[in-house]
Amino acid sequence: MRKWLACLAALVVTAGCAPVQSGPQQSGSDETTGQLRVWLFDEVNRTAKEKVIQEAVAEFQGKHAGVTVDVQYIQVSSRAERFKAAFSDPASAPDVAEFGNTDLAGYVAAGGFADLTADVAGWAEGKDLLPAVLDTAKVGGKVHGVPWYVGVRALYYRTDVFAELGLQPPSTLDEIAPLARRVRAAKPELIGISVGGKYVYGALPFVWANGGDVATREGDKYTSAIDSPQAKAGIAQYTELLRDDICPPAQCAGNGGDASVENFRGGKAAMTIGGDFNRKSVDASAAAGKYGVVPLPGKQPGSVAPAFSGGNLLGVLSGTKRRTLATQFTQLLAGKQYQRKMYDAMGNLPTFADVQRAVADADPFLKPFTTTLEAGTRFVPVTPSWAKIDAQAVLPTMLQEISGGGKDVDAATKTAAAAMNAAFSS
Amino acid sequence: MTAGPATRGQGRAALAYLAPALLVLVALLGYPVYQLVVISLFDYGQEQVSGGAPLTFLGLANYGTLLGSAKFWSVLGHTVGFAAVCVVGSLVLGAALAVLATRVRPWARGCLFLAALGAWATPAVAGSTIWLFLFDANFGLVNSLLGLDGFSWTYGKWTAFGLVAAEVVWCSFPFVMITLFAGIRAIPPEVLEAAALDGASGWRTATSVVLPLLRPLLIVVTIQSIIWDFKVFTQVYVMTGGGGIAGRNLVLNVYAYQEAFAASEYGLGSAIGVVMTLILLAVTGFYLRALRRSGEVL
Repeated sequence: MRKWLACLAALVVTAGCAPVQSGPQQSGSDETTGQLRVWLFDEVNRTAKEKVIQEAVAEFQGKHAGVTVDVQYIQVSSRAERFKAAFSDPASAPDVAEFGNTDLAGYVAAGGFADLTADVAGWAEGKDLLPAVLDTAKVGGKVHGVPWYVGVRALYYRTDVFAELGLQPPSTLDEIAPLARRVRAAKPELIGISVGGKYVYGALPFVWANGGDVATREGDKYTSAIDSPQAKAGIAQYTELLRDDICPPAQCAGNGGDASVENFRGGKAAMTIGGDFNRKSVDASAAAGKYGVVPLPGKQPGSVAPAFSGGNLLGVLSGTKRRTLATQFTQLLAGKQYQRKMYDAMGNLPTFADVQRAVADADPFLKPFTTTLEAGTRFVPVTPSWAKIDAQAVLPTMLQEISGGGKDVDAATKTAAAAMNAAFSS
Repeated sequence: MTAGPATRGQGRAALAYLAPALLVLVALLGYPVYQLVVISLFDYGQEQVSGGAPLTFLGLANYGTLLGSAKFWSVLGHTVGFAAVCVVGSLVLGAALAVLATRVRPWARGCLFLAALGAWATPAVAGSTIWLFLFDANFGLVNSLLGLDGFSWTYGKWTAFGLVAAEVVWCSFPFVMITLFAGIRAIPPEVLEAAALDGASGWRTATSVVLPLLRPLLIVVTIQSIIWDFKVFTQVYVMTGGGGIAGRNLVLNVYAYQEAFAASEYGLGSAIGVVMTLILLAVTGFYLRALRRSGEVL
């Protein structure tokens, strides 16, 4: 018996006393033929996206003999698991992938995406990329992806409801709550403004417009600023909307951005905060033809609340065996020609100054969004910790604690700041 | 040691017979548990997994972080309460329906079994989603029957927990029912006849004859239910949208997923896993000991 135990113990010891680590990812070779694997996000209206992609793939395969491009569409909701698995096992990873700019810092820290600084600098079209947008693709000054499109949010409102009640769209942030309350009082079946307890990118403009921020940076280190007086004023102003007389918590506290817009699409809300990327779906809804869009106003009349500069990037994975091909495909798909095609198919706002101006001039609908972009946008902290704060739902929990969980702004922001600081320092 | 060569030989033979099972157990259970414990002692995030950062040995620091967090204790409390309600609910419902099944006509029993097996066979995600449809605030069947239009079941802390618990009971009572039904059917009719001849009342027969005979089965279904309901993930995750408003419907497994795995803190997540395993082992151990003390051996 003792012998057996000894054997078992030996087995355990030889199995090693540390968890497994995969080796550093290096692209050993740079093959010029074979299969190029691409991951793109699945969309509600994927057929439109797929058509453009197929065109790009056909063009690329025509130019490069012996190369096939395999495109996979992955779910946004399970992207974290998919990318983690890809980084841990380069053999099953794609060569090119689309990803959200808020995920960038975490992916780069995990060693997932290659440094494209030189490739973008040496690319003829690269100099026309909007500098503020290119900044969202940088970590520590190095470019790790090509901005494929930007997304900003503005205020959608129902023109028929506003006309019937004789109302004007709000000209300052402070006017939104009274206006929404008036609509709901006059039409109790409508939500005054559809926002949500999980709608962080709807809430952040309130924080920024009040002079607050998510975190402050000192050197390499971030410190949470969500409990600063300015940020608290913004949070209070946003959560004031999550009340029974505007957007009842029982209906709204669990909503993120999509669900908030969904209420507007269903004709159940007089206003909402939606993105340029929501336009196609709103046009195919009960609110079609009965809505207008204005920039989300700031504190002063005529000013614009700083919007979150969302958007997706295309990047090359650092484990790729076809670095050159992957970069070329990225430049093709993220280039001017295909950004324009993606705009026509999906309404995705281009990231090149000239292309963006061209599409905005041709389409007055884009005006409020380009005005918002020109007024200056903001971003979340560029640190791997942000992925953690996002995954732990720190800010949604804070908003929900205030709107439905019985905590006041002071207590909830204090807890959130502590959770954020713990993530920043780990 | 006074064991002679004969007994030693016997022990060796027994071990040889047990070896295949032991090997499978070690490979499938022992090694993962061992890895879980090892990982829980390190700062092991995505950077470390993909080789971008060196490993740091933390010792018991992950456990310290966990046990020092107020949230962990409140989630643990919720989990224990939630599991207790689900276990009691599925045992009571399962036992009652098992008794009912022995008393009704075959066609009625057939219907009952079909319905129960349907509930049992429904995948957890599908079942949870269907329940959400039924209890939808605006379009749900339940609200339109009860005249509660617009009432959100998943918003309030207790209604949300209640709804999820009902769903868990719904999909776990069939196991209890079928097991106990088989147990009741296996009781020899002579025993019941003898009790009847001795003049025992129906209640007396149930408590003094049927229950003691069913005891081993009851132990199995109780332990199974405790383990299942303590580890509930899918139902809570799907029905409360990942833990309810402001995380007030979190249970331990969902908490571990959100805090640790979604956030790539595998070390901390493993620590939660180890703590859960220990709690379950302790509960099961106490339960078995209490039973043994009362003279029953599994």
